[in-house]
Amino acid sequence: MLTEQEKKEIEEEVKHYPYPGVACLDALKIVQAHRGWVADDAVRDIADLLDISSEKVDGVATFYTRIYRKPVGRHVILICDSISCMIMGYEPVYKHISAKLGIHFGETTADNRFTLLPITCLGNCDQAPAMMIDNDLFNMITIENIDQIFEKYE
Amino acid sequence: MEKPLTKHIKPDGSQLNLKNFVQDGGYEPVRKVLKGMSPAEVIDVVVASNLLGRGGGGFSAGKKWSFVTTDKEREPSRYLICNADEMEPGTFKDRMLMEENPHQLIAGMIISSYAIQADKSYIFLRWAYKKSETVLRKAIAEAYEAGFLGKNILGSGYDLELYLHTSAGRYICGEETGLINSLEGKRATPRDKPPFPAISGLFGKPTVVNNVETLSCVPHIIENGADWFRSISLTGEGGTKLYGVSGRVKNPGIWELPLGATMREIIEQHAGGMMDGYKFRGALPGGASTDFIIEEHMDIPLDFASLVPVGSRLGTGTLIILDDKTCPVAFLHNLEKFFAKESCGWCTPCREGLPWVEKILESIENGTGKEKDIETLKFHTWYCGPGHTFCAHAPGAMEPLQSGLKYFHDDFMQHINEKHCPWRS
Ligand SMILES: Cc1cc2nc3c(=O)[nH]c(=O)nc-3n(C[C@H](O)[C@H](O)[C@H](O)COP(=O)(O)O)c2cc1C
Ligand code: SF4
Ligand code: FES
Repeated sequence: MLTEQEKKEIEEEVKHYPYPGVACLDALKIVQAHRGWVADDAVRDIADLLDISSEKVDGVATFYTRIYRKPVGRHVILICDSISCMIMGYEPVYKHISAKLGIHFGETTADNRFTLLPITCLGNCDQAPAMMIDNDLFNMITIENIDQIFEKYE
Repeated sequence: MEKPLTKHIKPDGSQLNLKNFVQDGGYEPVRKVLKGMSPAEVIDVVVASNLLGRGGGGFSAGKKWSFVTTDKEREPSRYLICNADEMEPGTFKDRMLMEENPHQLIAGMIISSYAIQADKSYIFLRWAYKKSETVLRKAIAEAYEAGFLGKNILGSGYDLELYLHTSAGRYICGEETGLINSLEGKRATPRDKPPFPAISGLFGKPTVVNNVETLSCVPHIIENGADWFRSISLTGEGGTKLYGVSGRVKNPGIWELPLGATMREIIEQHAGGMMDGYKFRGALPGGASTDFIIEEHMDIPLDFASLVPVGSRLGTGTLIILDDKTCPVAFLHNLEKFFAKESCGWCTPCREGLPWVEKILESIENGTGKEKDIETLKFHTWYCGPGHTFCAHAPGAMEPLQSGLKYFHDDFMQHINEKHCPWRS
């Protein structure tokens, strides 16, 4: 069941559009903002509310990388694995992080603290390698400065 | 040397607020247009300025606008969309323009919207650009408050709404018809063309999509004229360009230079040359989907026309440098992995071809590649090339590969013959 708050926010978006289905991606983002990810029942509820099929909603949900169809940890680490960061050495830093947390790309730590994912070029190629944690951007990450960066994220 | 795009920017890069920008005369071109120019006059000036699209395609902005119908009876609404989805690996220019001078972009969007008589405009911003989002939200609110957006702008009778839309990831959202589908809440698969968006775009209405840097040039063209704009470039294509460099150079970064600067000038004078102990082997001139250029191309003007005869193109103008301590096969493998992952899956050559290319490159890099694999890779540069796919994603993916196979053939053969990567110990 969508909460009253979620419904209200989605209906607010629908008002801007020529037909309700346009709000599909907005609705997914709203649900994810409240719950951290989008489960099957939420996909069905969004479909009912916007009067489109749940296959269509799922098609949209699975297309976009920043919509999570599986639970994620309290913090999401996004490491840029594109070309400039490769040249400048993101791989050793990734290996260090992976060993430290005991997870690979696509996995979440057992204590649910971190999910580790790759991301395409963060537009910081002149200060590579780059990484985001939640909404924060970090440049020139190294094996040496990683531990200190992680401290802030409990 | 004139630097219109960055002249207002504060030395510390902090955001210009509305007051600073108005004091610098930044909104005067908007006033000039709304008070004294017809939409057709604006289009004429921009066509004459030879402003070519900075999103990578290099199409004339003014010409694109001129395809939108002027018949308001038949088509009462139309849209302008700013493409701020910057996700091309190695590209970091639009982010700087949005973070450091958001009102220049807004002024450009007002003038461009007026030229096509749009009543609604969108900035389609990539998800990861959190700082751009904060800065733009504030700037848009300031512009509404000061009467540069909304109803009856500056008493001219012209109305314009501007919305900021933040996306949810995926490189293909940058392709303009994929972007339009995404704005409609759908999967961002590109649309068949024609009809082009100028005829039928967002919600089936005439729509123009332009890049952040393209739109940011517009106020300066209005202020100083088409002849001035052409004169500040070195080659007559019009304007300046934000050129960037990433990779193993001493001083990676981004600089506004006259369009037509050479790779030698950019690398040696601005980027400080290669880092000590590293040698230049080649560069992608404008992001991941452009062909390699090499040492012998150092003195070619980096503009839209001059790179074509040497088999490349300007793209986004942000150079990615391949040095001698980076394996060219690994470099290409990284690029093709990106392209395979970001394929939208709509058409077969791209959906099936790119992962195959990625696997072959992986095997060559790991020392299990065969000489025959080179032929398979070459076949793909044709099979996934122009005319065989639904959009330019797969052809773009083939550009660095085809030129890489040509320039780094010996490196490929060394991997195959020695059965391991010479760059790995
Ligand atoms: C796969 C793909 C990705 C693209 N990504 C972007 C992008 O992130 N930003 C952009 O401005 N143009 C991008 N483009 C080009 C756009 O389709 C379009 O040509 C451009 O936004 C038009 O603006 P311009 O004429 O001002 O350059 C991309 C094209 C393709 C094929
Ligand atoms: S070329 Fe690739 S990205 Fe473009 S439509 Fe086809 S599958 Fe999608
Ligand atoms: S390649 Fe990593 S930030 Fe651009």
